[in-house]
Amino acid sequence: MPINDESPRFEVVPQEQGKASLVLTGNWTQGQPRADFSRLRSDLYGSTVQHLSVDTAGLVSWDSTLMAFLLQCHNYTQDENIEFLTPDLPAGADKLLRVATAVKTHTRPESPAITWIDALNPAQLIATVPAYFRESLAFIGEVGIALGRLVTGKSNTRMSDFKHFCYQAGPQAFAIISLTSVLVGMILAYLGAVQLQQFGAEIYVADLVVIGTLREMGALMTAIVMAGRTGAAYAAQLGTMQTNEEIDAITTMGISPIEFLVVPRILALIAMMPLLTIYADLLGVVGGGIVAGGMGITPLQYINQAESSLHFSHLFVGLLKSVVFATLIAIAGCRSGINSGRSSAAVGQAATEAVVTAIVYLILADAAINILFQQLGI
Amino acid sequence: MATNPPKAENEIHIAIRDLTMAYGSLVIQRDLNFDINHGDIFVIMGGSGCGKSTLLKHMLGLITPTSGDICYNGKSFVNASPQQRDTMRQTWGITYQSGGLFSAMTLAENIALPLQLYTPYSTAEIADILAYKLALVGLAGYQDYYPVEISGGMRKRAALARAIALDPEILFFDEPSAGLDPISSRLLDDLIVELQESLGATVVMVTHELPSIFDIATNSVYLDSDSRTMIGYGNPTYLRDHSDQAVVRQFLARGIAAQAKDAHP
Repeated sequence: MPINDESPRFEVVPQEQGKASLVLTGNWTQGQPRADFSRLRSDLYGSTVQHLSVDTAGLVSWDSTLMAFLLQCHNYTQDENIEFLTPDLPAGADKLLRVATAVKTHTRPESPAITWIDALNPAQLIATVPAYFRESLAFIGEVGIALGRLVTGKSNTRMSDFKHFCYQAGPQAFAIISLTSVLVGMILAYLGAVQLQQFGAEIYVADLVVIGTLREMGALMTAIVMAGRTGAAYAAQLGTMQTNEEIDAITTMGISPIEFLVVPRILALIAMMPLLTIYADLLGVVGGGIVAGGMGITPLQYINQAESSLHFSHLFVGLLKSVVFATLIAIAGCRSGINSGRSSAAVGQAATEAVVTAIVYLILADAAINILFQQLGI
Repeated sequence: MATNPPKAENEIHIAIRDLTMAYGSLVIQRDLNFDINHGDIFVIMGGSGCGKSTLLKHMLGLITPTSGDICYNGKSFVNASPQQRDTMRQTWGITYQSGGLFSAMTLAENIALPLQLYTPYSTAEIADILAYKLALVGLAGYQDYYPVEISGGMRKRAALARAIALDPEILFFDEPSAGLDPISSRLLDDLIVELQESLGATVVMVTHELPSIFDIATNSVYLDSDSRTMIGYGNPTYLRDHSDQAVVRQFLARGIAAQAKDAHP
């Protein structure tokens, strides 16, 4: 056998009475051109070979490349009822082949594949809505029961957890809320200033900023920041606990995970959000004042004008919204976390779901509240 | 690589020199000195909290030692540049305590990753190789499963398939049989021995499973948590019967040896 060419080669050499030998030559190592297994299949196809014996006399060197090939040969010959003999394999290779063929190949039970088209199919999406709705309602119901038990003093909710989450959702969010609310106040002022200047009515920028911030932007922007910050954190924390079997441990200790994990989170966010919203309102008005100052309105004028437009009803609407928003964000975050799958990918998915559903809820609730108060004339 | 001429017996593969490990001012172990030879199945043992896993993490370069050196084939690992370390690591296969499989990837993708990164194999060849690696650990046909879809024992074996993807020279195991039933644990031990013999690799494992230790270990070191250093080094069966440290004999005989020795001095 000439071994001028070192690349891996094989050849089926027929012998008497249905016997054939598979002659392997060259370097069967990584980096060499691939030996085409399908050629062996076509060589054997339709032949009368009953016994295939591997001849490795011309084999120069080998690694997993050879083993992968031999495993394919083994599986193929087994399917075709051909006896596969490996009398003179190198010792290590022989052992590896025996280990690799000790367990039969597992065939996976068929499951429907989900394609991209399916994922975009509106009918499929709509079909998942009722189940989602039921699940959400069940969760809200459980939270309601847990809150009832809290009121009657039977709950396993811990005060220390509540304080811890208050700290996370309150003081720790100060910096980001400061930044966003000052900027939103400035944006509102610029937006109005350009229009009002045309009528020489710049002073009304103060009214615009106060009403816009208190009724709408203060609560909404705080809620959006908190949805991304705290809602996602809740989902990730609870999802990781699900993965680590912590939630199983809590359940088997006879403690309701809703009382122990969800209630303190929801209550903490509901307690902190109105305070953050008042803070955001204040900074939003200051932000508007900075822009007003740039247009020649003195601070005193601005404060006077702002005061005259300040009604308790505006503050009330903003605070009511913040409580509703806090509830929605906390419920979306905790629901996604508790229902998360048990892998790191699932935790990521839960966090994404928490933020997306929270923001959708926020906008729906905001629209509903605005329409309601419009009708009520508040 | 399997075709390399087998290294002479007793040739030092990994050398631990005056190694001291500490977290801040808390010393875990000090003055460790031992060699691991080519082809050894070497066990790091000791009671809970003695620093076994910490030692393994030092050997893997996940933690930098406070002082001392770890040499692979005579070359310092502690003083190597990050690039040199990466090159050295390519000859290692590592399985972590809970597997360390990437949960967002299928078993096939998990095993294909090192092959894609470090070998010239084409996509079709990688598919062949990973089918072979999965068959080696008894998971033929499980290519498209995600780690969460298979049992804990299967995850351990899948992690082993990933560890041997590059035909490593050294295989590291952190508690390979923790959480496995006796039969699975025995099968895994057999598999480790088979792979060690056929690949000619050196195996380093952290474990305190006595059956494993006596069945497969050729050499071992015992780390003591009280004196914070190694107090036993040698073949575990020999240490059980002849160690001059009562603690080591006791550990290896599940607490019976010391009394027996005391009774019949």
